[in-house]
Amino acid sequence: MAHHTIETPYYGLMAEFDSAQQLLDAAHKVREAGYTKTDAFSPMPIHGVAEALGMKERKIAPLVLIGGITGALAGYGLQYWTTVIAYPINIGGRPFHSWVSFIPPAFETTILFAAGTAVISMIVLNGLPLPYHPVFNAKRFHLASQDKFFLAIEAADPRFKDEDTRAFLMGLQAREVVILEH
Amino acid sequence: MDVTPNSQDPLGAIPVIAPGYSYRTLTDKLVGIVFTKNTPTAWFVFMAVGFALLMGLTVSLCYLVMKGIGIWGNNIPVGWAFDIINFVWWIGIGHAGTLISAILLLFKQDWRTSINRFAEAMTLFAVACAAIFPIFHTGRPWLAAYWLFPYPNVMGLWPNFKSPLIWDVFAVSTYAAVSAMFWYIGLIPDLATFRDKAEKPWQKRVYGILAMGWRGSARHWFRYETAYLILAGLSTPLVLSVHTIVSFDFAVSNLPGWHATIFPPYFVAGAIYAGFAMVLTLAIPLRAIYKLHDFITMRHLENMAKVTLVTGLIVVYGYACELFFGWYSGNQYERFMLMNRIVSGPYAWAYWLLLLCNFLVPQLLWIKSFRRNIAVLFTVAMFVNVGMWLERFVIIVTSLHRDFLPSSWDMYYPTRWDFMTFFGTIGLFLTLMFLFVRILPMISIFEMRTLLPEATPKQKTEGGAH
Repeated sequence: MAHHTIETPYYGLMAEFDSAQQLLDAAHKVREAGYTKTDAFSPMPIHGVAEALGMKERKIAPLVLIGGITGALAGYGLQYWTTVIAYPINIGGRPFHSWVSFIPPAFETTILFAAGTAVISMIVLNGLPLPYHPVFNAKRFHLASQDKFFLAIEAADPRFKDEDTRAFLMGLQAREVVILEH
Repeated sequence: MDVTPNSQDPLGAIPVIAPGYSYRTLTDKLVGIVFTKNTPTAWFVFMAVGFALLMGLTVSLCYLVMKGIGIWGNNIPVGWAFDIINFVWWIGIGHAGTLISAILLLFKQDWRTSINRFAEAMTLFAVACAAIFPIFHTGRPWLAAYWLFPYPNVMGLWPNFKSPLIWDVFAVSTYAAVSAMFWYIGLIPDLATFRDKAEKPWQKRVYGILAMGWRGSARHWFRYETAYLILAGLSTPLVLSVHTIVSFDFAVSNLPGWHATIFPPYFVAGAIYAGFAMVLTLAIPLRAIYKLHDFITMRHLENMAKVTLVTGLIVVYGYACELFFGWYSGNQYERFMLMNRIVSGPYAWAYWLLLLCNFLVPQLLWIKSFRRNIAVLFTVAMFVNVGMWLERFVIIVTSLHRDFLPSSWDMYYPTRWDFMTFFGTIGLFLTLMFLFVRILPMISIFEMRTLLPEATPKQKTEGGAH
């Protein structure tokens, strides 16, 4: 989403809606009409909109699993290496490899790495931080973080045709449709 | 209890958000708390008190670094005193924030929404206060790095991973890091709202940078909700592990009064108990100062009172177990410790005061009219705050002051520096809390929007409603 070509005269068209229901219905219709380079914007998460637009990505959960396993290995490995290999010290006659004692820190590093992965992958996959984006050019877009709902179709979409797409969006009971400059 | 958001309770229970709000009015009201020229007088009063105490903290810590920990009342045999009492007290308080933000989210308790943000902030600030004690009780905090953290130092030394104290370092630092991430992630969409509502350019810029260019894209929301849910799922075992490991600091040692298997669950329950009391202590004044009665309704206060009562009873069960273990062990040192703690010792008064605060007074919460009475709730919460501090005092000081040999017996008296440091951390907490409510949204605005009925559209699904 972050990369758009400047070959088109403008970034795309954006329709504004008054309710979450209208946005969800519009998202379904946009998808049915065959548009693929689309996005919806809302002041809170609305169940089903991303799926309606055809989002199938499920990367975060497997990434978190990898992060957690890495954390467990790193935490346990650190303890094993420091107490058995790097500087073995006999403390109270206990074995150097006291695996039971190593579990609590390894558990904590598991959680730490997994949580960090969840946060970082969410931010990176979302392409944030992104200071500039064409949708901010719409005059009323500041309402997308308050009480209005928006749906954009990019001009780079293969199905995009100036007037047809505008008429299509208006037909979805949009309050208004505006052009988004690059 | 509601399990689905927005459901109209047929029994006519108090709603989690007063009727009549739209996205716009709700947003304006919550943003208006920060973007206002009329900061309530009470804010200045709390801030002044907190800041004055915080100055006391800086003085006491500077003096500590100059003179060493001899300025504290710690002695032999009471080597652990105010520093660990206050550490455990603060860490425990933090736990309610994570419980509210993570565990209640997993259980789909929608009433958590209006209190989770400042409860999470409370967690962070409580952990910050807690961290001061273990760091400064080393006397020379700049040398403490190689005792606490495994890093390749010139001596080639590593921490002893067989000790619960190093487990504690891992648990508390992980807890602080994950709580901070959870809190910041939760803030991002609201920071975008602040960016869009701000009038002054510098405000737009600051909130804009913090919001990272959030634009409310459906795909972003999807990943956001996935990550948020996963964080909640990870925070839940984390919060249980943190106080479990804190209890290991005691339970793994061989001291009568500490060496008990009931400690982990009893400490976790105590942490949540203390934390909910602190959330009530904060929520009641904030609700009055900022007129948040529509968002923090009687329903929230009553639910918190119920959690306080239940966790309080678990804590009392822990006290009963300690007594039973001591008696049933048949060990003369265990039995002496108990008699000394309850009847014959010089600190027996603390034990009975503890029972008054943590056992007797909270029983008022069985009665519905008391749960709905602000004055009673606030008073009970204050008793619990004191009681949970006394609990740690009893566990730590009474177990230590009568050592195995009578020749080692001694009394513990905190000095003025002990008190100044303790009250100083309360000042740090108040200062951070009131700065937070002044510059950031103390109630999660976007999550409050999802509580409005129109935020849940009818799904067009193939397999029926989900």
